Amino acid sequence: MEEYSVVGKRIPRIDGTAKVIGEAKYAADFSMPGMLWCKIVRSPYAHAKILNIDSSQAEKLSGVKAICTGKDFGGWTWGWMPKTRDEPPVAIERVRYLAEAVAAVAAVDEDTAEEAADLVRVEYEKLPGVFDPEEAMKEGAPPVHDYVQNNLSWQFHMNFGDVEKGFREADLVHEERFETGRVTHGYLEPPAGIAFYDSSGITIWAAKQSPYFVYRHLAACFRLPLNKVRVIQPFIGGGFGGTKNDSLAADFCSVLLSKMTGKPVKFIYSMEEELMISRRRHNMIIYNKMGMKKDGKITAMHSKVIADGGAYTAIGPLTMYLTGCMSTLPYDLPNFKHDAYRIFTNNPVSAAMRGHGVTHTRFAAEMQMEMMAEELGIDPVAVRLKNAIIAPHETVNKIKVHSAGLTEGLKTIANTPNWKMKDKREKTEGSISHGVGISSTAYLGGARQRGHQSCAAVVRLCEDGSIDYLTGATDCGQGSDTVLVQIIAEELGLNIEDIDIKRVDTAVTPCDAGSYGSRVTVLAGEAAKKAAQDVRQQLAKFAAEKWEANPEDIVFKDRRIHVKGSPDKSMPFDQLAKIACYSGSGAVIVGKGYSDYGIDVLDFDKGAGNPGTSFSFTSQLTDVDVDIETGFVKCKEMIIAHDCGRPLNPINVEAQNQGAAIQGMGQALYEKFEMDHGRTLNPNLADYKMPLSLDVPKIELIDIITDEPTGPYGAKEASEGAIVSAPPSVVSAIHDATGIWFKEQPVTPEKIVMALREKRKAESQS
Amino acid sequence: MEMKEIKFVLNGKPYQLHVKPWRTLLEMIREDLNLTGTKEGCGEGECGSCTVIMGGKPVNSCLVPAVEADNQEITTIEGLAEGGKPNPIQEAFVVQAGMQCGFCTSGMIMSAKALLDRNPNPSEAEIREGIAGNFCRCTGYTKIIQSVQAASEMVKRSK
Repeated sequence: MEEYSVVGKRIPRIDGTAKVIGEAKYAADFSMPGMLWCKIVRSPYAHAKILNIDSSQAEKLSGVKAICTGKDFGGWTWGWMPKTRDEPPVAIERVRYLAEAVAAVAAVDEDTAEEAADLVRVEYEKLPGVFDPEEAMKEGAPPVHDYVQNNLSWQFHMNFGDVEKGFREADLVHEERFETGRVTHGYLEPPAGIAFYDSSGITIWAAKQSPYFVYRHLAACFRLPLNKVRVIQPFIGGGFGGTKNDSLAADFCSVLLSKMTGKPVKFIYSMEEELMISRRRHNMIIYNKMGMKKDGKITAMHSKVIADGGAYTAIGPLTMYLTGCMSTLPYDLPNFKHDAYRIFTNNPVSAAMRGHGVTHTRFAAEMQMEMMAEELGIDPVAVRLKNAIIAPHETVNKIKVHSAGLTEGLKTIANTPNWKMKDKREKTEGSISHGVGISSTAYLGGARQRGHQSCAAVVRLCEDGSIDYLTGATDCGQGSDTVLVQIIAEELGLNIEDIDIKRVDTAVTPCDAGSYGSRVTVLAGEAAKKAAQDVRQQLAKFAAEKWEANPEDIVFKDRRIHVKGSPDKSMPFDQLAKIACYSGSGAVIVGKGYSDYGIDVLDFDKGAGNPGTSFSFTSQLTDVDVDIETGFVKCKEMIIAHDCGRPLNPINVEAQNQGAAIQGMGQALYEKFEMDHGRTLNPNLADYKMPLSLDVPKIELIDIITDEPTGPYGAKEASEGAIVSAPPSVVSAIHDATGIWFKEQPVTPEKIVMALREKRKAESQS
Repeated sequence: MEMKEIKFVLNGKPYQLHVKPWRTLLEMIREDLNLTGTKEGCGEGECGSCTVIMGGKPVNSCLVPAVEADNQEITTIEGLAEGGKPNPIQEAFVVQAGMQCGFCTSGMIMSAKALLDRNPNPSEAEIREGIAGNFCRCTGYTKIIQSVQAASEMVKRSK
């Protein structure tokens, strides 16, 4: 392993100081002279026809400058694929979920805008709604979109090997129903932005995780060339997929209202609005069938997945794709069938969230595998080791894995005192029952969707030797800016502080697909490396000329340049920069690079091929205390053995894993939107429970180093594995403590108390 | 509506302002004083992003009427740096990776500051208790707790 100077070090975040002193500006922190405030008028019904919109009262209110409705967008709609462009910026003739936008107002201040929004009179004709995906699939259910049969938003039928043969060969076959919850991303910064439309086009400072999505949407909606749309990236207060990875009613409305008034228009969603309307994780019902030999070898799996898609398609097809294609990891699965149905309902729209798609089917498969192993008398570690893939590996659906630290991770977990002593300690103390559970997962890094996939970088050398780095990639909190700067510094032999990263400005930075699917370090990292190498090669020529050496022999290290093997031929980096920039008529040194992983085409319809460039492997242990009287679960400890290839910034990798595991713990234990006929009953942070400091366990991170051959410096993804591994390890630990298998998330105290009561009743009767 | 005149000291500077009776302390700080380091997350006193210190105690500035600032001493995140240098808590949050997206960070640091002011040597349980009113979705809290522990050590060593 080559020794690096900057990469692989525990370097503090480059944006850390700006954030701790309160200097970092987020979208809501920007103001412009003369700006107006935008408020959205929202539907009180989940499904209704819009008969009339009367804005005359609102228009009369002093301070109101403009009002727009769905008709003002000329029938434009958007969606993830050309054939799924089913969502208008603002509802036109019909609302399909509660609190969908029906109009927007612009006024001189926020209070006036809010008052005006209340004065817009909308006449509706209520339509019958449908809120349960299994009901919505039935013949005769109310249609959410008239042109769609049985509310089927999207379906996949993947079929590899021969599952029937696999089930015949099995010694044990189980069929179970699992369910995953409807949870929110939970970032604390509600969506916000400030837009301005003038003769140079659109400029918007918006809280976006993937700004190039809204860039394309605004260009299409307002029929402008892309060079007339400027999305400028402030600091982002968390993303995790979903809402900030897509466009919002207020993005379009603030631009239109600015066009109508000639003034900048600002919006901030309230937390209640955010929790009522934001994209949320699909809740899924999974009917899972698995076959296993007596020795624990899995022979086949068939999953039937039904997902509540909500009112529009959004990114749902990709969710359903990942839910299926990733089932063939992290265990060898020779026969696999997957029937997935995404169903329209009159609920808010479901979309991507950290652990996208994978968390659902992994939970089902992981729990079922343990249930079957228990029946066959096989230890949870042993059944996993029996099936764990070993790299290099190609799955039955043609996913190629080059490195896999799964076996090592599982053995590491099994060697901890928590696991070794689990059956030797007292199982109960008073009403507390102890339990330990484990789980494993793989997660894709360098995700590929359909369409544009590349990341690019531009590295500009300033004449004083400092570096400007331009990237289209967004750091919404995950720390990628720091890692990318480390890469540039490494390649040029510089220090972190010599590099300045510019945040995204679509007028200046190179186009980027977005910050999703754990792709930034992997792909923007590859681009950064190439761009820095381009600068290095250009500079090396000047040094080689001066010293009459071979350009390949010029070494860049510790802010100096020297000729390999000739330490006397040496000068500071900034001196070489001056020589290069001023020699002759003066050079302008700009390096470019973009990520490129070939034309390995994914068969999206069949579910075959690589959904990412590489795959992380996570093994997790969770230690819980369950109060069998109250059903309260306290996670005491988590140990995560994580293979991200090679951590480029170990402290950041730990932080990503810890955050992901706790988000997964919330999902496993208590997070859930309570719904009633399309209405979110808990759209606030008091009633929607997210983990607080008192709830979280001690978390130990163990890096399993595998040096992925395709990743920059051996790196793979590091931020999504643990959100997938946490729920099954928590629920498995609850089983260890209670003897009950819970198959629906979240496993709330009520469910535990009720199940224990049933269990005692059954035991006393037998 | 009658405006009320209030006088207060914020980050060591005296202020005299006229505020509407329904204006919150958070709105006054962000909009009248243009100090945007204090963040609004939920606006309902649940998330803690807007925490400032008033009268020595951490408060959710989104719930406090601005008029209550009258005759009070207030510290916001912008008031912590000493002589342009981040204070030890801020420094510890950077070194220990106690922040990711940074949106909860101002409030989190103000809660930590209030805790360390009244208890310079808190146990882990006391730290958890001290920041229990502040949500963070990114970190899972482990590195925040370690940051507060490190800050406490730094303060002790500097004395």
